[in-house]
Amino acid sequence: MIRTRPNPPKNFPSTGSTYRRRCLVPDVGATVPLGRSAGRVDGPDRPPALAPIVRLRSAVALLGRFPALAGVDLDVGRGEILLLRGPNGAGKTTLLRVCAGLVPVTSGTATVLGEDLVRDRTAVRRRVGLLGHATHLYQDLTVAENVSFWARASGSTVEEGRAALERLGVARRLWDLPVHALSAGQRRRTSFAAMVCRRPELWLLDEPHAGLDREGRDIVDGLMVEAASVGATVVFASHELDRATGVAHRSVTVEGGVVQGGLLAGDAVPAGRGS
Amino acid sequence: MIRDAALVAAKDLRLELRARVGMGQVLPFAVLVLLLFAFALDPDRGVLERATPGLFWVGVLFSSVLVLQRSFGVEAEDGILDALRLSGMAPAAIFLGKVAALVVQLAVLEVVLGVGVVVFYDAQPAHAPLLLSVAATATLSIAAAGSVYGALSARLRSRDTLLPMLLLPLLAPVLISATRGFEVGLEGHAGGGWSWVALLGVFATLYLALGAFLFRPLLEDA
Amino acid sequence: MSTPPNRSGHAPPVASGPESTSSTGTRVLGAAALVGLALSVVYGLFVSPPDAQLGETIRMIYTHVPTVSVAYVAFVVTAVSSAMYLWKRTEFWDLLGASSAEIGVVFFVLTILNGALWGKTTWGVFWRWEPRLTTSAVLLLMYIGYLAVRAVPADTRVRATRCAIVGLVAVVNIPIVHKAVDWWRGLHQGRTVLGTIDPEMGGNQLVAMYLSLATGLVVFVWMLLHRFRVAYLVERAADAGLEEALAERRAERGTPSVEVAP
Repeated sequence: MIRTRPNPPKNFPSTGSTYRRRCLVPDVGATVPLGRSAGRVDGPDRPPALAPIVRLRSAVALLGRFPALAGVDLDVGRGEILLLRGPNGAGKTTLLRVCAGLVPVTSGTATVLGEDLVRDRTAVRRRVGLLGHATHLYQDLTVAENVSFWARASGSTVEEGRAALERLGVARRLWDLPVHALSAGQRRRTSFAAMVCRRPELWLLDEPHAGLDREGRDIVDGLMVEAASVGATVVFASHELDRATGVAHRSVTVEGGVVQGGLLAGDAVPAGRGS
Repeated sequence: MIRDAALVAAKDLRLELRARVGMGQVLPFAVLVLLLFAFALDPDRGVLERATPGLFWVGVLFSSVLVLQRSFGVEAEDGILDALRLSGMAPAAIFLGKVAALVVQLAVLEVVLGVGVVVFYDAQPAHAPLLLSVAATATLSIAAAGSVYGALSARLRSRDTLLPMLLLPLLAPVLISATRGFEVGLEGHAGGGWSWVALLGVFATLYLALGAFLFRPLLEDA
Repeated sequence: MSTPPNRSGHAPPVASGPESTSSTGTRVLGAAALVGLALSVVYGLFVSPPDAQLGETIRMIYTHVPTVSVAYVAFVVTAVSSAMYLWKRTEFWDLLGASSAEIGVVFFVLTILNGALWGKTTWGVFWRWEPRLTTSAVLLLMYIGYLAVRAVPADTRVRATRCAIVGLVAVVNIPIVHKAVDWWRGLHQGRTVLGTIDPEMGGNQLVAMYLSLATGLVVFVWMLLHRFRVAYLVERAADAGLEEALAERRAERGTPSVEVAP
């Protein structure tokens, strides 16, 4: 059972359409979705007091001198499962890392979980969980030692770490093996468990299904749905479109450092979920 | 904060126990250095006995560089730096934890080298308290200053050559002070040894404070 | 000067800006430095009398004092810039610290060369382990380390942070190195004239000394201005392509990988 920090689940209007129409982007500042009034970012059903969990406006993020994000507009609501799709090199990983507060935003605005990332991006880190491409594990320590270290480092307990390992289906007999002796899929599950036991409010997953067998992917899907149902927000990037669109409430396309369809709108068509 | 530092220190020591790089590689290297000095400085000419304090500390310094490279090299892989940033632990706590683990590892190194020096160079420790104080403050100095540069060079591909280049000039006063202190402690010369301990203490305090303060930008950007 | 093509294969736009790093200020300083140098040579070599104890070799002090003073001033500037960079995170402090460190290293090398020559003429050896030279050697190595870190290719912000940390860590060590070396070598040496302003110098000797010291400082500021401006222009040239890079990046949409061929 995955617990997140106690937040009452909000009634969130599903806006799960996949925007395929191109937005006109004349310059960095003016993203005007076709057919919508300029500047309107909240759906009509949403009470104006509820701020989105993630709110990016014209966010530019540079990796060295390369603009990985070239003016991103994105809203993600609480309890939403958002799918990021797009070709390789589009900026999905950078977008996730920006939301985690790991990559600085050089221009534009970025607010995640109420924290202003431009002003201080370290404040939000404790509250998010990032599953990246790297394992984030010490190769020479055992599975149990890794998870208990990362759990305690994040303010959780060893028991929660163990529970997460069980939930991810990492067999007990593996717990005392050093990480370098595991297969790639088992390592991925361990990394996931280390993230899950932090009980983050915002899950940022970079290709969570990659490297996992079918059972693992089912577990991951279940975790994402469970997390969203208790009020956490999930943003994940994936190339596994069949499976991902089944789980996600909404999907956006990331291309060329820009997000299409990132803003929430009231009259979008809900995506088929589980259909 | 202390809890986090203790957590990091315990993790480092556990890593060391598991990987056995220190025991398996660095200690033999340190003993090897002692042997090399004996080959280079003919044992029959009495040079070794007179030079013992210096040779001991040079051996410690070279071996420390290896220990530091290992300690921070591990953090640079597998996205662990990212995970440390996300964990929310105070950077100063991570720094102190790493320094604590390094002190333990360096202490083991020095005991082994000390035994080596007594056996190979026929050293006779006279003032044990002075020797221990010098060793303690010098070890702390090496660990603190080394952690700053170790973290700085962690992600560099040229880490192996840059770290000694940066660290050894910085530790020159530590080498000078520790060697003079050991000279007094081994020979039983008149006083003056404690002023070296004081200088080492200043160095250690300064770099502990500086390191704790600088570890946040180090963790973020370096 | 050819600029490497960026991702799309086009040459980035050439940065427009100042054509050279000279300005009225540097011309004035440069002129003053030249005048100062001329006067220093005259005073140092001809007008000032040989010293009672040291003979003609006193003239080497006239070059030694400026070089070592400038080197220390340069490192202090680097240290302050490092601290300010870590606080303010503006490019100005990073470039200032790096420029100053480069110049400081040059002057420290000059100091050591000067000391070696002085040693050769006075003691007969190029090197002696006396406090000043030893300290200089250690400090020189520390700041060469600064330049080595600067030379590692990295993101601007990463490189600046690393250098700032080295700058601070190195400067904090300076008094400790002095103390340690003095205690160590000071026992074995008498008082050495090298590195200290001999109070027994009088009249024209003092004039020569202070003249060359002032000239040295003027030269330092002149070099610092030029070096800083060069570094600044390098950064601007690298930044020049940003707007174009942004547009290119966004234009990656609509590349063939998106369209599905039927």
